[in-house]
Amino acid sequence: MMTTWARISTRPMKIALGLACASIVATGCSSPSSSSSSSGSTNNGAGTGTAGLTVPTANLPVLQKIGKGEGQLNLIAWEGYLQPQWVKPFEQQTGCQINAKYAGSSDEMVALMKNGGGGQYDMVSSSGDADLRILYAGDAHPVNINLIPSWKEFFPAFQSPPFNTINGVHYGVSLQWGPNVLMYNTKDFPTAPTSWSVIYNSKYKGQVTVPDNPIQIADAALYLKTQNPSLGITDPYELTLTQFQAAVNLLAGQRPLIEKYWDLASQEIFDFKNGNAIVGAGWPYQVSTLKADKFPIGSVVPAEGATGWADTWMLAAKAPHPNCAYMWMQYISTPKVQAEQAVSYGETPDNSLACGYMNQIQAGSCAEYHANAPLSYLNSISLWKTPIATCDNGKPDCVPYSEWVSAWNTQVK
Amino acid sequence: MTATAQKPGAREAPKARTGMWSRVSAALWRRPWARATILLTPPLAWFVLIYIAALVVLLITAFWQINPFTTNIERVWSLNNFTTIFTSAAYRSVILRTVGMAAAVTVVDAAVAFPFAYFMARIARPRTRTALFVAILLPLWASYLAKVYSWLVIFTHDGILDWSLGRIGLGQVHLIYTNWAVFTVFCYLWLPFMIIPVYAALERIPPSQIEASQDLGGRTWRTTRSVLLPLALPGIVAGSIFTFSLTLGDYITPLLVGGTSANFMGNIIYSNIGIANNVPFAAAMAIIPIAIMAVYLLSARALGGFEAI
Repeated sequence: MMTTWARISTRPMKIALGLACASIVATGCSSPSSSSSSSGSTNNGAGTGTAGLTVPTANLPVLQKIGKGEGQLNLIAWEGYLQPQWVKPFEQQTGCQINAKYAGSSDEMVALMKNGGGGQYDMVSSSGDADLRILYAGDAHPVNINLIPSWKEFFPAFQSPPFNTINGVHYGVSLQWGPNVLMYNTKDFPTAPTSWSVIYNSKYKGQVTVPDNPIQIADAALYLKTQNPSLGITDPYELTLTQFQAAVNLLAGQRPLIEKYWDLASQEIFDFKNGNAIVGAGWPYQVSTLKADKFPIGSVVPAEGATGWADTWMLAAKAPHPNCAYMWMQYISTPKVQAEQAVSYGETPDNSLACGYMNQIQAGSCAEYHANAPLSYLNSISLWKTPIATCDNGKPDCVPYSEWVSAWNTQVK
Repeated sequence: MTATAQKPGAREAPKARTGMWSRVSAALWRRPWARATILLTPPLAWFVLIYIAALVVLLITAFWQINPFTTNIERVWSLNNFTTIFTSAAYRSVILRTVGMAAAVTVVDAAVAFPFAYFMARIARPRTRTALFVAILLPLWASYLAKVYSWLVIFTHDGILDWSLGRIGLGQVHLIYTNWAVFTVFCYLWLPFMIIPVYAALERIPPSQIEASQDLGGRTWRTTRSVLLPLALPGIVAGSIFTFSLTLGDYITPLLVGGTSANFMGNIIYSNIGIANNVPFAAAMAIIPIAIMAVYLLSARALGGFEAI
């Protein structure tokens, strides 16, 4: 009996473990992670995009005609971009129910769009620093811009901007844009600060908050552009090693002043409301939410200028609901909806006809958010773009984004 | 009355079993190892294929790299990720900080759980014991996030803690966004997981052992040290596995209540997978807590922690 049980305990276990090991080897060898290295420089002439890279999905056929809606639409968006105010009418008009996935940073959006959105997501409201990474990874699908009538009403600068249009092929439709403002508690700052130096001032130790995002290094570089002209910084996203290290050192010195690096807009709102922070960098969304709660918040674009973001509704390469996606792109580009989103969030619409509608919703909002005079205002904002190793002058001296991430994680935080 | 072919009272002769199922049944009866294999394979397959295989696929990427621009994984074998982790002072301090926090949480939870479990096991009346059980288990029904957010409200500037201390006149402590806040929340979250195994171990100790120890001249501290603690050690070790491993990997609590110095292994893994999309580096970082837990479990076994199981 003992020997029988001994055989029972070892033989089936051996068989089971043998199957187990075989399966491990099989799965380990056929790992499904996409290893398509799209950095192979097939340089087919002028204007292949950034530094000789090509967009893998450039030749995919675009939709010619919008068909019947699929009933669902899965969107990756910034918090505040899918308010019921404009989502509900869209759902009623088209029957496409929107399922929202909120992301806190561009990096998160790039990660979610891996593998063309994985067949799960249809669109992403990505900012300029994520767009190129999504495009060159082959995760975006070409868009037939002729199917979006309101596109003709856009400001020229946003019709075919370099962050969502490569070689005349559109991969999404521009949405809105805005600055990363300096937020402050008006009770602690009776007069508005005029410089970014307040967030680097040890007087406010433990009361400052900035985004938990490697792209913050550009904010430091922008400050150093006027503060330390000998560094010769011209573009805060194209930094040589010396310039980069100076910006990182500034941020490392700022660390003792920081109460919290915020990951989600709601965290920053909580911190200002509870007095955990009194000054910091944030988005107009936090400002308008705090103002709506009658909190004494003020915001300003200081003298040195500010970094900013220009968002695009980008179409995923493997979008499961393309018809609903096109209906959304049409809807969100119309002047009235652009105005609604601009006033609600506190950003500047890309549609030139939105101004009148904005003033109808909230008097004076058109001028407040610079919706009628964007070009000079636009030039004072350094829009996010992905830092790459090749500078605009063609030299390979600039620090690429992966270094930004690693410096942020090891030297700053 | 219909005539039947059989005598009344006679039983029918059993039919010879020739169906397919009976043949299979007979074959299995003769081969016990086949029975065991069929029973074991489904759960083992689920465990191996879904759990272990998924883990292996992730961890194997630790030996690969990513394309820095497109962040697609390139299957170039190298140990770069591990070199980066161990040669960078920042990551080394992250590992030490995480292990230190896990150890601190384990020690404090064990110290709090032991008297509590002893009271429940040996002193409390049955009704009190039930009430205490409910009190311990009730927080487990609440969502993790709800619990952490409530601590956020307690710790925040002018929140419940600082306000009460101010009223008593003790001065505010400003614990929000510090590692003390993270430590407190961890201790709170994992306490039920420590109390229950210790309670189970203490409950099994026969009162005769304590009486014998007292008969031999042992007073409270000597009895506790020489009789209770060794017998309760398996329970403490079982509880410590929970507190240690859960703290080792957690990233949500440091993210919500931690501040600028709340950089733990879980946070590095999270920011590399979810945000920077550097899956190979995150996988390399993830192998480290697995290795630490393996060492921990082996030492626990050597200390006799698993003998009662």
